[in-house]
Amino acid sequence: MIKRRVTWLALAMLALSAGFLLWQLKGPTGFILTLRGTKLATLIMVGAATGAATILFQTVAANQLLTPGLVGFDALYVFLQTLLVFLLGGVGYAAIPAAAGFLAEAGLMILVAVIVFRLLFRNGGADVIRILLTGVILGIMLRGLAELLQRLLDPAEFSVVQQASFASFSAVSPAQLAITGTALAIALFLCARMAPRLDVAALGRPVARGLGLDYDRLIMQALALVAALVAISTALVGPLTFLGLLAASLARELVPTHRHAWLIPAAALTGALILVAGQFVFERLLGQQSTLSVIVEFFGGLLFIALIFRRRTL
Amino acid sequence: MIEVSNLSYSAGQAQILRDISLTIPQGGITAIIGPNGAGKSSLLHCIAGLLTPSGGQVRIDGLDPFDAPHRDRARAVALLQQTPRIATRLRVRELVAFGRWPHHGGRPGPEDARLTEEALATFDLTPLADRSLETLSGGQRQRALVAMTWAQSAPWLLLDEPLNALDPKYARDLMERLHDLTRPAPEQRSVVVVIHDINAAAGWADRVIALKDGEIGASGPCNDIMTPATLHAVFGMAFDVIDHKQRPVVIAR
Repeated sequence: MIKRRVTWLALAMLALSAGFLLWQLKGPTGFILTLRGTKLATLIMVGAATGAATILFQTVAANQLLTPGLVGFDALYVFLQTLLVFLLGGVGYAAIPAAAGFLAEAGLMILVAVIVFRLLFRNGGADVIRILLTGVILGIMLRGLAELLQRLLDPAEFSVVQQASFASFSAVSPAQLAITGTALAIALFLCARMAPRLDVAALGRPVARGLGLDYDRLIMQALALVAALVAISTALVGPLTFLGLLAASLARELVPTHRHAWLIPAAALTGALILVAGQFVFERLLGQQSTLSVIVEFFGGLLFIALIFRRRTL
Repeated sequence: MIEVSNLSYSAGQAQILRDISLTIPQGGITAIIGPNGAGKSSLLHCIAGLLTPSGGQVRIDGLDPFDAPHRDRARAVALLQQTPRIATRLRVRELVAFGRWPHHGGRPGPEDARLTEEALATFDLTPLADRSLETLSGGQRQRALVAMTWAQSAPWLLLDEPLNALDPKYARDLMERLHDLTRPAPEQRSVVVVIHDINAAAGWADRVIALKDGEIGASGPCNDIMTPATLHAVFGMAFDVIDHKQRPVVIAR
């Protein structure tokens, strides 16, 4: 049953991708297909990276309410964009080669994420309250710093920062996609190799160690992967705090299994499906643009609140 | 045989275990008793290789649990911890099947499935095998965890308060089953159990180790330890001990 459901998700993804590419295809088809293909690949990669990262993070944190976005990545991303515009100016910022800028940004975010995660998960585990508080405090600190820098910018530069601060799926270059695609493929391969050990890790540190799992080492490896996946996604399109929670929660409902070999692809496919379907509806059916991230965050936030109230304990 | 030599363990500034030396022979049930904070669970975790001692050494049938590869250690000794919180959604059969992980490392075979079913049957869990853990009572969950530990097929089973949440019938059934399974047989196992119910220890243990303030207060055959004088020395209170069907019964005065 589980295998069949994941297959259905994959088939739905294929059908949706075909619809996304071919819906009302008129005029210069080659040009339009290139544009749509780039956007489709971006949406799929961001959704897959975020979905897979969230399943890993929830296993590490032993809590299905959490998402790595809550640790303050959005604030870090906005701070980095502001700092770059502040240091280089609006023109200098626009002149950064896309691939180099993306690599630097992703590298820096991986570094910060690894440091934060190591601090949070030293001694083998982190509790929910500590993760949430760290996210809130890190967010306040970085947002405060970003606001301070933004006050020093001129209005034109400020608008550049504002544009860069929301997730956008249209401004991704083929070079960025190639790098991201390769990195994502490697990360997902490593996730698949780790899957049987993640099943044991999900039992919690005490039981997993009793069963002979080198738990602390696995957790550090998983967190490094989470950091890479989140950094890939954020550096590519910008912050999406709650997409992972939506993807992981839906995947767990659609594919009710404890086995990460199925859960990770299910969450990756669900994340991609949410983004592609959402973008398709907004762009093609409703004729609107650039609102998908806002809607994803809105519904993701609602889900987060609903999950909090549904639970007896966090 | 489990051999513990000059074992000490500290948690921060607090010295939990002091210079403990003991040997536990194969077979039968060895109960570790003692007042709260005596270091019973710490001793069990040190023996299982899951707490790193500040001094001394442990050998389980010659294996050093701190040096051995993790899965080798888990094949030699299985530990049931006190009421672990399991956050993931699992059915009883899936939980028990995890006991086989040290053997297959993620690629279960038919033998693993057979031993999982055997463990379910051994602890009367077959009717509950497809139930979700979330729907079980505390006692049923505890039995499922014991079955998982059993499915590990380790010659040594270390159980930390396995009677938690069990009603008297299941507590008796569990101890009786462990007693039977640790008698000489082709697949004889050895059980070391931390237990706060002195009468459960008196009723079923072959040997007793009594800890007091992180040291061994007394150790030996059950009938030798379950005496008013020894229990008074360990727990600091008066007990009467009567004989019932050739087993001691302890009554607090």
